[in-house]
Amino acid sequence: MASPTRTGRLQRAPENFISPELAGDIARHGLDEARRGFLRNSFKAAGAALAAGAGTAAWAQNAAGAGDQMILEPRPWTTSLGKPVAAAPYGMPSRFEANLQRRESPGLTRVSAASVAFAPLQGFFGIITPNGLHFERHHQGWFDVDPSQHRFMVNGMVKQPRVYTMDDLMRLPSVSRIHFIECGANTGPEWGNAAVPTVQYTHGMLSCCEFTGVPLSVLLDDCGADLVKGKYVLAEGADGSSMTRTIPMEMALDDVMVAWGMNGEMLRPENGYPLRLVVPGVQGVSWVKWLRRIEVGDQPWNAKDETIHYVDLMPGGLHRQYTSIQECKSVITTPSGGQVLLDKGFYNVSGLAWSGRGKIKQVDVSFDGGRNWRTARLETPVLSKSLTRFNIDWTWDGSPVILQSRAMDETGYVQPRYGQLREVRGSRSIYHNNAIQSWKVAESGEVSNVHVE
Amino acid sequence: MSTSSKLRSWRGLGPAVFSLAAAALLAGGAVCAAPASAAADSAPGKFAGVGRAATPAEVAAWDIDVRPDFKGLPAGKGTVQAGADLWEGKCASCHGSFGESNEVFTPIAGGTTADDIKTGRVAALAGNTQPQRTTLMKVSTVSTLWDYVHRAMPWDAPKSLSTDEVYSVVAYILNLGEIVPSDFELSDKNIAEVQALMPNRNGMTTDHGMWRVDGKPDTRNTACMKDCVKEVKISSRLPDYARNAHGDIAAQNRVIGPVRGADTLGPPLAGKAGENAGPVRAHAWSTLALADAAKPGGAPGAEAPAAGAPAGAAAPDLAGARIVSATTCAGCHAVDRKMVGPGYRDIAAKYKDQAGAGEMLIQKIRKGGAGAWGPIPMPPNPAISDTDLKTVVDWILSGAPAAN
Repeated sequence: MASPTRTGRLQRAPENFISPELAGDIARHGLDEARRGFLRNSFKAAGAALAAGAGTAAWAQNAAGAGDQMILEPRPWTTSLGKPVAAAPYGMPSRFEANLQRRESPGLTRVSAASVAFAPLQGFFGIITPNGLHFERHHQGWFDVDPSQHRFMVNGMVKQPRVYTMDDLMRLPSVSRIHFIECGANTGPEWGNAAVPTVQYTHGMLSCCEFTGVPLSVLLDDCGADLVKGKYVLAEGADGSSMTRTIPMEMALDDVMVAWGMNGEMLRPENGYPLRLVVPGVQGVSWVKWLRRIEVGDQPWNAKDETIHYVDLMPGGLHRQYTSIQECKSVITTPSGGQVLLDKGFYNVSGLAWSGRGKIKQVDVSFDGGRNWRTARLETPVLSKSLTRFNIDWTWDGSPVILQSRAMDETGYVQPRYGQLREVRGSRSIYHNNAIQSWKVAESGEVSNVHVE
Repeated sequence: MSTSSKLRSWRGLGPAVFSLAAAALLAGGAVCAAPASAAADSAPGKFAGVGRAATPAEVAAWDIDVRPDFKGLPAGKGTVQAGADLWEGKCASCHGSFGESNEVFTPIAGGTTADDIKTGRVAALAGNTQPQRTTLMKVSTVSTLWDYVHRAMPWDAPKSLSTDEVYSVVAYILNLGEIVPSDFELSDKNIAEVQALMPNRNGMTTDHGMWRVDGKPDTRNTACMKDCVKEVKISSRLPDYARNAHGDIAAQNRVIGPVRGADTLGPPLAGKAGENAGPVRAHAWSTLALADAAKPGGAPGAEAPAAGAPAGAAAPDLAGARIVSATTCAGCHAVDRKMVGPGYRDIAAKYKDQAGAGEMLIQKIRKGGAGAWGPIPMPPNPAISDTDLKTVVDWILSGAPAAN
């Protein structure tokens, strides 16, 4: 392999345009005319190989010779006519972005209609999840429900049970709010040990959108809900599973929304089109999709997803039931597991932090496995029960390191280490793993998922 | 007028209003108009013209939840024996004849003991002695079983069981856990007595801080900044053999920016990062499989391929693959491996050279059958159209090509 010695003005030539011998020679002796000649020949040879479809791209930011061919040689998009407007009436990402997709985790589930597709957090910027990449989790498959046939009912302990069409709901005074949604089982495979390679699979049951809808409190008021005896509401979906979840009334009256909008357009079918519940700060299972009904009652319902699933097994054999709040958590997304740093030098280490109990107050990042910490920059907006983006400068010296992030929310609660979490909850809980994530960076540049107690 | 008399007067209008709505439908109208809009006047909400009163029949049709105190449980009954018969026809193909199958879903029965029935705590949960936590090990209330079977089962035809059939199926599940005897008849009259026998009835706690937003957390980390731990110990890492378990990670990352995905189909990188940059970039770029994009100056007019589809190679006809992945077929069959039923490629290998195989498979899928691949029966599939069925069978017999 080539020596890592710095090569003067010659920057990285990753496609091996230049032989290691020549690179070393230039590094040692500088760039004279004879060596410039070699370089020009290298470029010609490389160009020929590329024209033959050798499969590499023009990555070299190479100022050798007269300069970078990407500057010196006009590009086709600069010298020809582009496509007309509305060539893609619903715009799609660049074909160069095709690698960022929702993906199932092999072996996690056996039936694709009762499975999960993880969001590619490793590729996101800021806090908003693109609608097409929002994570998916279905209990009995998804439908593209006909909105003209969709009805929403409020019943139970109300003065007047009422029915609303989509036309009705969308006439009501609406609000738009940015909130994260995280599956209670996010990071679940990691309770016992490092199990999956990338942040897509460790943390990808997480998304954050601007939701638009009517506060549930408005609808409860419209139906005359009994707020004295009515301590809980039940939310029910219109799909085959008719998913049900119990929500405490104080939460229902606080910030729960009956939503149809998602990042400026209607909900996607996979995310509950045309109507879903938004329960800020609470695990995704309570955000019932294809929402058809809210019932007011005086006791919890003990639904299937409240006693067979979404219960957290504790070391003594008891299950914690109605564990709903997603506690404060964070993860570094760049660099993260399965990625490769291309060289030593400067990096903007970036990640996400969130809390089901309010705003993020502080995120600290460690580059030495948790011995020492530095406080990261929080990017705006910093919103309650929303993802918050953090960034921190880092110059990598090329030696092995372990990266961690640790979030604190406005209640003062600090995201726990694995050892602290397992001490209380053991390792069989499945749900609500909010431990500090560690990414090991090897000398080779490869980043991998490790656990540090 | 009282609310109830309003409702009564509305109910008199019901049929006429419904038939008007039906006429509108037949005339090509959408169904946005609430069929009972006449009731809006008699029970106005706080927003003029928005929403209307629900009719008692509507509430009854949707308010199907059953609570632990059995509020909402309809009267009815069903025997273990009737449940066993239903189970074999409608449930066993996913759950196994005795609710023991771990092929499609986690097992329903197993892991509970006579002692658990006495204590109401499943001992195996504390001891971690069971490979799987079954439904009966976890569920604390019999109402949950009833409610869930009623609302969501069978898997591909939810809400198709009658009330008595639900009682029967629940009775059978309870018998599998030896909670009730095999000659038991479950009913709304005795279900409360069954609750007192549920093996994990005392196994739940709400004594934690995660139900309410102001709940008390159970861990207490601090924002220590310097010399926080003495020794950094890595307690777990992915084993080498799992390197490719999630495919090529390079193909799951952006191809520009500060990092690339690692080529996890190859061995871990050695050497130093800067030395690896070239091959890492080149491999990452190659994962896009865009013929023109691989060349600098490639034709900008090239159409974007469907996400994830390889460009270049002649695409196989995948219409059949799309149908099976979008229907209940996917619950039991995979392309390249046995699940509950045989893999499509195994079916292709077995029948592809057989005369009349296409017609035989069409009949088999349509009418169901058993015996060719093992004891678990294939249920009939009356819903799939003739065209789709033929497409699926043609796709299977062409070797069941997959998208990638």
